[in-house]
Amino acid sequence: MRVGVFICHCGSNIAGTVDVAKVAEEARKMPGVAYATDYMYTCSEPGQKEITDAIERDKLDRVVVAACSPRMHENTFRRTVMKAGLNRYFFEQANIREHVSWIGLDKELNTTKAIEEVRMAVAKVMKNKPLFSSSFKINKRVLVIGGGVAGMQAAIDCADGGLEVVMVEKSPSIGGMMARLDKTFPTVDCSICILGPKMVDVAQHDLIKLHAYSEIAEIKGYVGNYQVKIRKKPTYVDWTKCTGCGLCMEKCPTKNAYDHFNFGAAPTRAINIPFPQAIPKKATIDPNYCRQFVKGKCGVCAKVCPTGAINYEMQEEFITEEVGAIITATGYGLMDMEKLTEYGGGRYPDVISGIQYERFLNASGPTSGHIIRPSDHEEPKTIVFVSCAGSRDKSCGVPYCSNFCCMYIAKQAILTKDHIPDSQSYVFYMDIRSPGKGYDEFTRRAQEEYGAKYIRGRVSRIYPKGKKMVVKGADTLLGTQVEIEADLVVLATAVVSAPGAGQMAEKLHISYDTFGFYVESHPKLRPVETNTSGVYLAGACQGPKDIPASVGQGSAAAAKVLSLFSKDMLESDPAIAQVNTNNCVGCLKCLKTCPFQAIVEDTLRSGKKVAKVIETVCAGCGVCTSTCPCGAIQLQHFTDNQLLAEVNAICQK
Amino acid sequence: MSEVAPKELRIVGFLCNWCSYGGADTAGVGRFKQPTDLRIIRVPCSGRVDPMFVVRALLTGADGVLVSGCHPRDCHYTDGNFYARRRLEMLKRLLPFMGIDDKRFHYTWVSASEGQKWQQVVTGFTNQVHALGPMHQK
Repeated sequence: MRVGVFICHCGSNIAGTVDVAKVAEEARKMPGVAYATDYMYTCSEPGQKEITDAIERDKLDRVVVAACSPRMHENTFRRTVMKAGLNRYFFEQANIREHVSWIGLDKELNTTKAIEEVRMAVAKVMKNKPLFSSSFKINKRVLVIGGGVAGMQAAIDCADGGLEVVMVEKSPSIGGMMARLDKTFPTVDCSICILGPKMVDVAQHDLIKLHAYSEIAEIKGYVGNYQVKIRKKPTYVDWTKCTGCGLCMEKCPTKNAYDHFNFGAAPTRAINIPFPQAIPKKATIDPNYCRQFVKGKCGVCAKVCPTGAINYEMQEEFITEEVGAIITATGYGLMDMEKLTEYGGGRYPDVISGIQYERFLNASGPTSGHIIRPSDHEEPKTIVFVSCAGSRDKSCGVPYCSNFCCMYIAKQAILTKDHIPDSQSYVFYMDIRSPGKGYDEFTRRAQEEYGAKYIRGRVSRIYPKGKKMVVKGADTLLGTQVEIEADLVVLATAVVSAPGAGQMAEKLHISYDTFGFYVESHPKLRPVETNTSGVYLAGACQGPKDIPASVGQGSAAAAKVLSLFSKDMLESDPAIAQVNTNNCVGCLKCLKTCPFQAIVEDTLRSGKKVAKVIETVCAGCGVCTSTCPCGAIQLQHFTDNQLLAEVNAICQK
Repeated sequence: MSEVAPKELRIVGFLCNWCSYGGADTAGVGRFKQPTDLRIIRVPCSGRVDPMFVVRALLTGADGVLVSGCHPRDCHYTDGNFYARRRLEMLKRLLPFMGIDDKRFHYTWVSASEGQKWQQVVTGFTNQVHALGPMHQK
């Protein structure tokens, strides 16, 4: 066996704290190593040529590269060795950057560690076997989870590209957060006016199938072949009959139902259509408030409905859709302002959240676009905006910046002046974060043209005094305490992950961070991919994002799906489990533990019962391998012998 | 020809590719400094870790073994880490019967975004093994 070892300097990233020449020198002494060298940038074109040349010149049959993480460049080097005629599994990468040079200060210890990492990789590569992938057909349909602006953009782009799209939206209408906004920054465009046409596109596109008021129950399968079980929640209204006339809503005697669309800015009816532009424009009954459900008698809506669409007996329904890729656009949530007890949100009616204020500004909102104080319905004259209500505050569990609050506060201050010309807005801020195109100019306009007074400092307390709310805070630029008697206080509550984001990630087998935001494959270079192939991210489910960024990511995710589906067949990963039927005793413990039902019972011609792996279903986790009592089922590329070779390389010297 | 410096001990780590190996990478990218004793073996899933690997390492030269996977319910392979948890917990209780201090073995969950947590795990476990000293007198 002739192993070639290539030690990368990675500029000074590795060579700065590891003696790479010494690592190469020690590598030359390792059994099986025929050639070892160090190179400035092994991933560069000349660096890769160095590898292919050496394979030819020194007749190498295995290659080890000691460089960055294999999560970064494993595929690069696999392709390199393939170019030189080797099987791509005759390659191993030792991670001496992320796991060595970047975390240890002592050059001598780092060098020792790097040598051992190389020793392990050499031991492993010598046990490696050539593996060959097979190809399988893909189902060219795509599932989009979430009907906000990011999901809609992704769905429209996919459908325009000729793909069939299944969209699942948990609320009764698509539109998401953007449908709730009055205007958008920095153009002060009417939000629903630019969103409406997109919603109509989704509804009318021949290739888009919309499941509103539905949730994902279960996802099975793998890239190219997913089976998705969708739970259609009961609306108690037959949507095939409902015309969206709104008569039921007018006559419904329950007037105190919680309005999810308006974030509780005002109560609504127990049967309602969330907003005039809703798509689908159909009514839904909230059984938590409806008298028919709560008290067992009412039936007013059933009596008035001209098409007889009301059905109190409706049950939830499950349907299954088969798709090849999934775009996750589940959006974000907002921190409950009651968590910020010092601000009194939820306790005092005149302390409201930014999204509730947005609904007051909106012409189709609960007040038809008139700004009011919720306590006495009077027009407020002094309005205080508190930015970073929860954001950038470790004690609230949100150390990050919520991204777009600075901008929407500036917008709301501008709109407030438009609505009530003799009003005065105050904005408490920590820093004004406005790094987008035309954004900084916009926040300046709010101050210079619209006279919003910006106070740099945090608010410590908000409490009532007569009809007013006293906002106590600091002005850190003047170094003084400030007290403002306000009529209305608006809190820019922190952006948090969508409710249930964690459970959704678990169904999708993608990872999420401590805050519930989904983790992309690479923060810079693979921002819409996840580590689960075939699952992509769009919008604020990945982190707080404004509309342009969400739309951009929606299109990017669609482009990824279109490029995935540009092939008819996909290559399978050959690193899957394999059964040695001679050793298999047919206990079928592996069948019980396999998380993917990829193992079935098989009978050989001799009549012996053995386990059999379904190649396309096996995902390569290796749970079966560590379950098998006789080592008969082995996960290729991570066999017992290969992993023990690594253990021995560390332990037995 | 031992390459282990006198003050260093031998610690073997089995890390799942999707979460903990990524977490260790994140720690590297963030330059979170760690002790250098640990040698990492990449496995697809913590469920792939056969308890036999751990015992083999401890009996043949390792002073400590660390296994780290995805957080429970966040496994890339649905529930591989549940199998890992059950097996490794069993192993932890078994080790004292083999004459091995169970403090030499630790299993934990670190996600790909938790670079800082990885630093704490490595530092904590390395210190714990150092407190016990070398397992094999040379």
